[in-house]
Amino acid sequence: MDKNRERMLVKGNEAIAIGALDAGVECYFAYPITPQSDIPEYLSRELVKLGGEFVQAESELASINMVLGAAACGKRAMTSSSSPGISLKQEGISYMAGSELPAVIVNITRGGPGLGGIQPSQGDYFQATRGGGHGDYRTMVLAPSTCQECYDLTIEAFDLAFKYRNPVLILGDAILGQMKEPITRWKQRTIDPNEANEWKLTGKKGREQRILKSLFLGDGEMEEHNMKLWKKYKSMEQDLKWEEFSVEDAEVVAVAFGSIGRIAKSSARKLREMGYKVGVFRPITLFPFPYEPLRKLAMSGKRFITIENNTGQMVEDVKLALCGVTDTEFFANMPGKVSTPEDFIEPIKKMF
Amino acid sequence: MYQDVIIAGFGGQGVMLIGNVLAYAAMEQGLNVTYMPVYGVEMRGGTANCTVVISDEEIGSPIIYHPKTLIIMNQPSLEKFQPRLVEKGLLIVNSSIVDESLVDKEKYYALAIPVNKIADELGDIRMANMVALGVWVGATKAVELDMVMKSMEKHMSSLKKQVVENNKKALLEGYKIGSGE
Repeated sequence: MDKNRERMLVKGNEAIAIGALDAGVECYFAYPITPQSDIPEYLSRELVKLGGEFVQAESELASINMVLGAAACGKRAMTSSSSPGISLKQEGISYMAGSELPAVIVNITRGGPGLGGIQPSQGDYFQATRGGGHGDYRTMVLAPSTCQECYDLTIEAFDLAFKYRNPVLILGDAILGQMKEPITRWKQRTIDPNEANEWKLTGKKGREQRILKSLFLGDGEMEEHNMKLWKKYKSMEQDLKWEEFSVEDAEVVAVAFGSIGRIAKSSARKLREMGYKVGVFRPITLFPFPYEPLRKLAMSGKRFITIENNTGQMVEDVKLALCGVTDTEFFANMPGKVSTPEDFIEPIKKMF
Repeated sequence: MYQDVIIAGFGGQGVMLIGNVLAYAAMEQGLNVTYMPVYGVEMRGGTANCTVVISDEEIGSPIIYHPKTLIIMNQPSLEKFQPRLVEKGLLIVNSSIVDESLVDKEKYYALAIPVNKIADELGDIRMANMVALGVWVGATKAVELDMVMKSMEKHMSSLKKQVVENNKKALLEGYKIGSGE
């Protein structure tokens, strides 16, 4: 990190909002919900100052459709919510994936199912990585674990959304949203008015008509469309991201994402002090999932334990990665329980 | 260098404020730091706590089950957190309102300080949190007093100058006690 740049002490939620500003977000539409309301709070103040549009919509459904509309006009648009609110947005997300529209959607999760509670949970992994709404689609999913990553990955999310013309999801949780940590801003806000010139809707005068839609009724049209989307999702693998922490000489590798990933690092450090060689593999892109990097680790004979703040979701991807080489143990920290490094020590120790 | 602390008390005693002041000071000193407020449905008069972790290395967990140090501002917080403190850990207790006989002075490095009384004598009982923070800074030397002073000024910039000055005095008073001066 560049020590000369000024650091600011902010919540993870605020870091996301600041990242969005620096990424050049022009439109933010959302409906408030705990534990992410610091995002709209911050943007209601700061985005407006910079000439952007901030609308607290009448509902989640309205807000995601406003995002869809703004995206169709080539704007950098964003919404944020928490688990039940994200469920309400799924129709719009599916339509955006179908219409190939870019946007950043932030889910600072809470416990479920239903209204659940406001305590931390990673229960939305399946929803996030398997599309979430109806239809055979995927959104790219980025899972930060520090406030700096909240800032960095939000900037990256916008670039990826436009690169692939696809919604990009940021998946955090209550721990990450509410904790404060220093961040360094490294990007000056710029808006490229030409980045969507190829496809955005501007009125057809003087050019061919453009139609952005997710309805394909013609013979073979939908098949062709799905094939195109599938190839696009496959191509996202060029932007895989993950972190390896002390894995080189590790005998056991804990696989964990987001806030649980960083908590597992503390467990690994403590275990190393006790003489157990433990490392952490932390996927940062959850879709696409870093199957190959994980498989490579498995080839060198390491043993694995997947740790999640749910009853077992990412573990299925870990199993797919390890398939035919080895298997993974699983430790579930129930949604609603705030995890500490001590919670993971016994389950990891058992593997020695 | 690594240090962590759980600061706990009644809502309204300013435990979140001193957590923020401490975290900001650590950042300004060039260290890594995390600040984690309790997360839940809190109300005035209920208990409130926050965790601050300071290190010159990358910080893993912002949540700590067995803290190295504690600042305990009320009785329920002593009952909840004392058993979780690491052995020989620093235990700062507001003995103005906490029953000192319940403090395990054998197991922990305990400083029972009547921070309410000290703050009251300095002019305002509401500065008890700053006295307690001063004691912690004096005892741990995890951050420089000067940085904490500056951080406090920043967090209290909306208040009258005299209020800030009084809080500085409270912090300094605590610092002297914590450093054993």
